[in-house]
Amino acid sequence: MERKEYTYTEKKDTRSGFGDGLTELGKTNENVVALCADLTGSLKMNDFKNNHPERFFQVGIAEANMMGLAAGLTIGGKIPFTGTFANFSTGRVYDQIRQSIAYSHKNVKICASHAGLTLGEDGATHQILEDIGMMKMLPGMTVINPCDYNQTKLATIALGDHIGPAYLRFGRPKWPIFTPENAKFQIGKGIKFLDGNDISIFATGHMLWQALEAEKILFSLGISCEVINIHTIKPLDEEIILESIKKTKCAISCEEHNIIGGLGESISRLISEKHPIPFKVIGVNDSFGESGKPLDLLEKYNLNPESIKEAALEVIDKK
Amino acid sequence: MSKNIDELKNISSQVRRDIVRMVHQVQSGHPGGSLGCTDFLVYLFFNLMKRKDSFDMNGFNEDVFFISNGHISPVFYSVLSRAGYFDKSELSTFRKLNSRLQGHPATHEGLPGIRVASGSLGQGLSVAVGSALAKKLNKEDNVVYVLMGDGELQEGQIWEAMMYAAHNKVDNIIATIDFNGQQIDGPVDEINSLLDLKDKLESFGWKVYESDGNDFESLSSTLEKARKNLFNGFPIINIMKTVMGKGVDFMENSHKWHGIPPNDEQLNDALSQNKETLGDY
Repeated sequence: MERKEYTYTEKKDTRSGFGDGLTELGKTNENVVALCADLTGSLKMNDFKNNHPERFFQVGIAEANMMGLAAGLTIGGKIPFTGTFANFSTGRVYDQIRQSIAYSHKNVKICASHAGLTLGEDGATHQILEDIGMMKMLPGMTVINPCDYNQTKLATIALGDHIGPAYLRFGRPKWPIFTPENAKFQIGKGIKFLDGNDISIFATGHMLWQALEAEKILFSLGISCEVINIHTIKPLDEEIILESIKKTKCAISCEEHNIIGGLGESISRLISEKHPIPFKVIGVNDSFGESGKPLDLLEKYNLNPESIKEAALEVIDKK
Repeated sequence: MSKNIDELKNISSQVRRDIVRMVHQVQSGHPGGSLGCTDFLVYLFFNLMKRKDSFDMNGFNEDVFFISNGHISPVFYSVLSRAGYFDKSELSTFRKLNSRLQGHPATHEGLPGIRVASGSLGQGLSVAVGSALAKKLNKEDNVVYVLMGDGELQEGQIWEAMMYAAHNKVDNIIATIDFNGQQIDGPVDEINSLLDLKDKLESFGWKVYESDGNDFESLSSTLEKARKNLFNGFPIINIMKTVMGKGVDFMENSHKWHGIPPNDEQLNDALSQNKETLGDY
């Protein structure tokens, strides 16, 4: 694979990818229904609501009830997509998801916007950094964190055919679109963005773009990076990870999440069990977030390209 | 074919035997609420619900039932079995390793008759309302039934679901509250009183009926009236007074038998009060 320098011409929020994906699904699958807890505009669900008012359920500020309604709607063949912020989609309703959805193996798609630090000024009450961990711990739960508008749209559409509970995590800020709109998207299958020999960089969500920016710096230093997008944190694509680290012999992971419980932790377990190599997890270091502009927050919490570069040099040094 | 009152009483007697035997056998489980709700579940499954003989998860074109107070699983399992969903011999596996009859009802092991797990309280009404919405989308005229405990009404999610169902005119549901006045730590009135429950429910926009859950005539007349009031733009709820531990004199009216199994002597006493009518498992 020849090295490609990733660029973008447009920025768009990943939540709009969800909204547009849901609109598509609404046209093609009449069993798809949507529920929202008073955040229809924020979740970009207005199109679905307007096109299919009979299949849209405004639940009000009552997320626990929304999860139960969604579980009930599956009994009768519906495929419910719930929409609210990531914090209210997970922590607030963990027991409802655990008992009525995950343990009961209901075909509910929990769609969560404003995840991570990059929701910005609203601060730590809304910036959940623990959601991937909570969701991946539930047996049978699929966990997806797409990287840009196009991938979020494709992931949403893919969930229409996926059977079983799933958590789809996306965000608020306008973010570079750097994947093709007709890309192949398969739940559980990682995507290699760059071939390299010196280090593997595994990234999920918004952090894939940060990783690609870091790669440009590392390339200028003569370091060849293999950049792989792990959009599905569970089930984890072990094959693509192991194949890569056997070649590069060191790795880092990048996510907009607590280093405890996220993608990095899943990869750590895989690596320690099957192929130990030097490895470092880039994420929020077990703290809450705070108010600020998205890019300023990413910089303060060491989720910027410069920090990724430093971490890469550190693990390469340990080889 | 619907059963007459004597036949229903005979089924209840057998179900009560099943309950105390199951709980005694593993020295674990919840007999009090199970005994109190026996007559209701028997009436529901043998006379009221329009249901198919076989079970499928979606429950298309049939009435469906959800149990939110999942700890009264012994009565649910016994009635499901006696209604033909699985062989009564399986009741002997209750709460044992590798059983489909988990401590609290679950879909995980594939026991026919169960559509969602319950046990963590307060979730069943939301699920039932969701199922009722699906029936409306599917243009079915079948009914969703759901049972909750009275202590369970202390959970906030119940009231979220109450508001939702009334606001959205979910009128194909009949909820029932097992109003036995008891919860684990004591009488509901002492723990966290429901005050005027009928008034509360009416103010939430529900049509309220009241029944005696241990009297088949009361259950029959109340629930038939309720059925006639379906599809009128409001959800329906039945405040059903029951006696906790009903049918076993030393268990009646006491929260102490919420989750305590009988010993050998108590079992024999309980069985002597409920005759074997359909063959023990």
